[in-house]
Amino acid sequence: MQTSSDDVLISRIANGDRLAMQVLFARHHVRIYRFVLRLVRNEATAEDLISEVFLDVWRQAAKFEGRSQVSTWMLSIARFKALSALRRRPEQELDDETAAAIEDHSDDPEVTLAKKDKGAVLRECLTALSAEHREIVDLVYYHEKSVEEAARIVGIPEATVKTRMFYARKKLSELLKERGIDRGWP
Amino acid sequence: MTSEHEAMETDSIEALLPWHAAGTLDRRDAERVEAALAADPELARRYALVCEEFGATIALNESLGAPSAHAMQDLFAKIEAEPQRRPNVVRGLGARINDFFGSLPPRTLAWATVAAVIAITVQAGFIGVMATKPPAIGRFETASAPTTAPGVGAFTIIRFAPQATMDDITKFLEMNHFNVVAGPSAGGLYKVRVADKALPQDELGALTQKLQQDKRVGFVAPTR
Repeated sequence: MQTSSDDVLISRIANGDRLAMQVLFARHHVRIYRFVLRLVRNEATAEDLISEVFLDVWRQAAKFEGRSQVSTWMLSIARFKALSALRRRPEQELDDETAAAIEDHSDDPEVTLAKKDKGAVLRECLTALSAEHREIVDLVYYHEKSVEEAARIVGIPEATVKTRMFYARKKLSELLKERGIDRGWP
Repeated sequence: MTSEHEAMETDSIEALLPWHAAGTLDRRDAERVEAALAADPELARRYALVCEEFGATIALNESLGAPSAHAMQDLFAKIEAEPQRRPNVVRGLGARINDFFGSLPPRTLAWATVAAVIAITVQAGFIGVMATKPPAIGRFETASAPTTAPGVGAFTIIRFAPQATMDDITKFLEMNHFNVVAGPSAGGLYKVRVADKALPQDELGALTQKLQQDKRVGFVAPTR
């Protein structure tokens, strides 16, 4: 049971309350870490970034106006930090990760499917989506963000959130089809 | 409604399916989607695909693990190194209450004290009566001590159907010998222990499919 709302914690943090900071960190750090990790695909970088995210929360708490959920605000900060880190990363490192993310297609789709259950193939395809598509899928399904909140985090119009989610799901279906699962959609 | 309008309405409803699965639509949109799903079997089939993606995304993210204690140590070392923060310009509630009572004239304050004492006495009487009254038969009581170690067993995530009452949910959990171990999250999801020991994947999948047929269940998926 959550005894203090996130908004109350933020106002206490604005007053320099370290205990409130610990509670907020304990409540959100795993989800923030996973969001960042899915973007940067590097555990050490993700771990460094979450302490930067929460340090920003500590510094900026007094400026939080409550126009969005606290978790939405923190995910916006996390996204900015992750994208900045990706821009700083050498191209060689990115190429290596891209190569690592590409599935070895030495087995044909039937063999691949026979080796794994459908859920495992689905998770594999979710991992193979582009960063833009992974992000929107995670925000909607895992972080349970409404259209409005997702638009605020990503910085795009609400209509674009819906179309981006549609295309992410369409791409997911295509990836599944390549691996032998035809969902009959779109 | 023309067929063109119908197609547009179906498209707009279909675009909302991911948020319906996550439970983040407002009531009006949720009701629109529910009505469309009841009337259109093809849309319902597509919604089942969305639910699969929803469950897989949660499973994938849950498998990512958590950061080490180093992240927290690093954060609080940085916070300690920050310059000492001056007391906030916005004053606390306690200080403002003190100011309020300090500004009242003595006579007003005395009458307010008498009124407060009476109110507290009456309230205490009510609480005393309620506390000493024997509990009604069948009254819900939470189990305070878990009978199984946390993390041990087979688990699903469940969102109960909007129309399911607390009584329905209690009966559902009791009948199946399930325990809620976490939740609800923002989208109304509960983590539920469905067996005291881990189940094979196909067995858990079959159980999940069976539970999905229950009218009290809106969404269910296996989790760890």
